[in-house]
Amino acid sequence: MSNASCIEARPRWRRRAPGVLPVLGVVLVISAAGAMTLGRYPLSLRDLLAFFGARLHLVALAPERDDLLRNLILEIRAPRIIAAASIGAALSVAGAAFQSVFRNPLASPGLLGALGGSCFGAALALLLGLSWAAVQGLSFVGGLAAVALGVGVANAFGAASMITLVLGGMISGAFFTALLSALKYMADPYDQLPTIIYWLMGSLTGVSLSQALTAAPAMLAGIAALLALARPMDALAMGEDEARSLGVPVAWVRYGAIAAATFVTALAVSLAGMIGWIGLFAPHFARLVVGPRNAVLLPASALVGAIFLIGADCLARSLVKAEIPIGIVTELLGIPAFLLVLRRSRRSWT
Amino acid sequence: MSGPALVGVDLAFDRDGRKVLDGASLTMGAGEVVALLGANGSGKTTLLRLLMGFLRPARGRVFLHGAALEAHGRRIIAQKIAYVAQTHAAPFPFLVRDVVALGLLPRTGWFGAIRAADAERVDEVMGRLKISHLADRPYTEISGGERQLALIGRALAQGAEILVLDEPMTGLDYGAQMRLIALLRALAAEGRGFVMSTHHPEHAHWACDRVALLEQGRIGAEGPPGQVLTTAAIERLYGVKVEAVETKAGRKAFAPLNLG
Repeated sequence: MSNASCIEARPRWRRRAPGVLPVLGVVLVISAAGAMTLGRYPLSLRDLLAFFGARLHLVALAPERDDLLRNLILEIRAPRIIAAASIGAALSVAGAAFQSVFRNPLASPGLLGALGGSCFGAALALLLGLSWAAVQGLSFVGGLAAVALGVGVANAFGAASMITLVLGGMISGAFFTALLSALKYMADPYDQLPTIIYWLMGSLTGVSLSQALTAAPAMLAGIAALLALARPMDALAMGEDEARSLGVPVAWVRYGAIAAATFVTALAVSLAGMIGWIGLFAPHFARLVVGPRNAVLLPASALVGAIFLIGADCLARSLVKAEIPIGIVTELLGIPAFLLVLRRSRRSWT
Repeated sequence: MSGPALVGVDLAFDRDGRKVLDGASLTMGAGEVVALLGANGSGKTTLLRLLMGFLRPARGRVFLHGAALEAHGRRIIAQKIAYVAQTHAAPFPFLVRDVVALGLLPRTGWFGAIRAADAERVDEVMGRLKISHLADRPYTEISGGERQLALIGRALAQGAEILVLDEPMTGLDYGAQMRLIALLRALAAEGRGFVMSTHHPEHAHWACDRVALLEQGRIGAEGPPGQVLTTAAIERLYGVKVEAVETKAGRKAFAPLNLG
């Protein structure tokens, strides 16, 4: 094979990979700035620059204008943009991690019942009329309980191999979905039930700045933990015996990744309810662009997920007069996007 | 050849109440190539996985350089022993170069930088296996034989002194098989030791210093190929009558007496 044809045979992502992350970073900043300008009360880029310039004492703004911009930017738009970016990043990285440790391109945060368990925990807190902190706490406990049940079922059927874990996750997911249905049945149909159902559809409406700023660093910490496992997860993606022969503590890496991915999933659910598809679609899209090495794939997935969810949120609040739950938008956008990615990805599935 | 590098003593393993191994012992010295032969289901893969420490034996111990295998740290074991599985499929399109470079993991650790010398080692291994032209191809888009070579490359990049290969010739074309045998001999001459399972008595003759026959859960016969791999032993192992022929170059081969 000539050199020229060798170069031609290289996958395109091999050549693009090094420069892709900064480009995605720039796209994320542009998306966030664009999202800041969109809404019932449109803002211009000049408004944004003036507001941030005033914070740095570079320009002066009339007090009433400053109050208006502060309210729009900091109280209304920043929380949901921060939440959208962090939730999109968290769910996408969790999806990429689940896909690697289960060696399954179809794995997603819902796989081990993490999504179902988190939703049940959060819905229980809503039913009991608990605080937002309790919603978050019960969401995480529910997610972990669902994963523990899935892993427990897998262990009951022998070693926790990939297949038994997937089966355990399916059983656990079905169990917590049934419990969630029971909660809906018990909820007050005039007050609690609409709240739970609307929340399960996924929404960023109720996220405050303090909630977004509390949850985002925790999600980043979970993402950083998964990034620390990038190389051993590469080995694990090649197979359990391969990873063991390379000195990787398979059980520790697998359960560590599952715990970190469940943690960020539960945080995302507690913040904005059920937001589907993104954990499946974004890692596949990122893999097409940068390849499967987790050291690059995880940050790329995070950026793609963040950009996608910011875009979905813009559509959710600007398509029609009444805001559409973002979960509906991600499902409607995620399915065709995943089909497009599937067309390119399936060639490599064996 | 110096003292034994990898030793399995009296290994027993049960699966679903069935005794797969019952007192199998195997020794491999530094720079020695040992072939493990046995019928399908005789426990070859199980024995290799026990030697790697992937499975816990019901009875018996594995020793690496005289110390119990479990006494060595996981990463230390990975620096000393590499493993290539019998069959392998990857769900994600890692580049062949990246698959081979995974072999650096026991030395670089999870966060260590891959230095220029490491990258050179990866290139050298691919060159030695004649797979340099595949370096930037996705692992999922090459043939089974090419994947096998990539995995052997990963094991060599690991820099281990002992390689445990489970049917390494599977999927390789005739030329690649012969090149791999030559490579095993060259690497053994450099001091690396191999334990490999195979279904080809000829490969054991051409590549190995010693042969072990796995029969009814234990090593039935062991020694130099010329002594152990007799027509009677092959008939006993596989239930096929064969005749032995020897080439002018002194290489032994077997042919079935009756295919009817």
